[in-house]
Amino acid sequence: MNLLEVKGLYKSYSGFQLHDITFSLPKGYIMGYIGQNGAGKTTTINLITQLSNADKGEVRIDGMTYAQNPISYKEMIGYVGDEFYFPKEFKLKDIRLIMTKFFSTFQVDKFNQLVEEWKLPEKKKIAEYSRGMKVKLMFASVLSRDTKLLILDEATNGLDPVVRNDVLKILQAYIEDGEKSILFSTHILSDLEQIADYIIFINEGKMQFKASKEELIDQYLLIKGAENEINQSLRSKLIGKINGDFGFEAIISADDATEFGSRFVYEKPSIDQIVLHIIKNGEMTYAGN
Amino acid sequence: MKILVSNQSELPIYAQIKEQIKEQILNGQILEGTVLPSIRMLAKEIGVSVITTTRAYNDLEKEGYISSMQGKGSIVLSKENKILKEQYLVRIEQGLFTAVETAKRIEMTEAQVHNLISQIWKGMMEE
Repeated sequence: MNLLEVKGLYKSYSGFQLHDITFSLPKGYIMGYIGQNGAGKTTTINLITQLSNADKGEVRIDGMTYAQNPISYKEMIGYVGDEFYFPKEFKLKDIRLIMTKFFSTFQVDKFNQLVEEWKLPEKKKIAEYSRGMKVKLMFASVLSRDTKLLILDEATNGLDPVVRNDVLKILQAYIEDGEKSILFSTHILSDLEQIADYIIFINEGKMQFKASKEELIDQYLLIKGAENEINQSLRSKLIGKINGDFGFEAIISADDATEFGSRFVYEKPSIDQIVLHIIKNGEMTYAGN
Repeated sequence: MKILVSNQSELPIYAQIKEQIKEQILNGQILEGTVLPSIRMLAKEIGVSVITTTRAYNDLEKEGYISSMQGKGSIVLSKENKILKEQYLVRIEQGLFTAVETAKRIEMTEAQVHNLISQIWKGMMEE
């Protein structure tokens, strides 16, 4: 059962187009939506959260479109972005008030419990909160509601390792009952890589691949070696070759490893490395045209 | 149950989880009938994806170590289980193979090795 279904989303602005974004996210899983700055991640998220309307395409959350029931649709979404969205003059009591007014499922008890657990100061203005505290406050406000889909847009940027680790635990607890899902966008994957079940990579408004993270990591190998060791047939199998003064680095399909043999060094690639070489490969293809 | 995963390991994470649980079942640290933590709870506790822990549990089930039931969790199967017994046998053979090989290297006789085994056996009985 899919919690989120995105079908054929198109959106064009002056100078930017989002092309045919199609994917689904099953209940109880975490999906990483990755790409460079300007690749179209936030545009996609804005279309899902209905901050803007798609030119074409459809989004369903738990089977429901926005048009069918705008209020229920929005109630299902919890959003945490990289910019803090409550007014800086607010204290916690103001946030309790505004959340109660805006969201029918907001539970003050739950909010108080989280605020206490994360030691967010009651009397201080938000302006005096650290970045980590602000992020935790956004999570507290979202997790105190009855949501089904958590959307994070670069939410872990600029967090120290301790808070980031807390956030990872929060996310995993959120999906633990198997009914809710998380879509997070990021341009730096390392910290979220380990908990992501699925990865979608977009570049220049187009989807490059979607896969389970396990598949993706099993599928490729990072290879390093010397320029003079590769012949034409091997060269054609290198993806996104990057040349250095003392050797090259690329990724290859794991199935090709035996053909390359033991003259090369192999490593398990991180998702970031896979993405880097795939982007590089794209650039080379364009240059070839 | 103890599970330590490493990103630096050659083994994929699902395989590390699988091997560690297997090891603990075979050496008796996890007893038969034990209900393992749920796939989702385990994923949260060790900070890996749900797909990763699912794959580890699926493999353990295929190899006959555990049985998973919808809504009831995964339970460690009895040692009487045929597949598991086979695994134990492989383990015993491996241990004895190393012992015999080493014994031959220093020219011990078969009788001496038998003797040694029975001493160890009795020693363990007394403990």
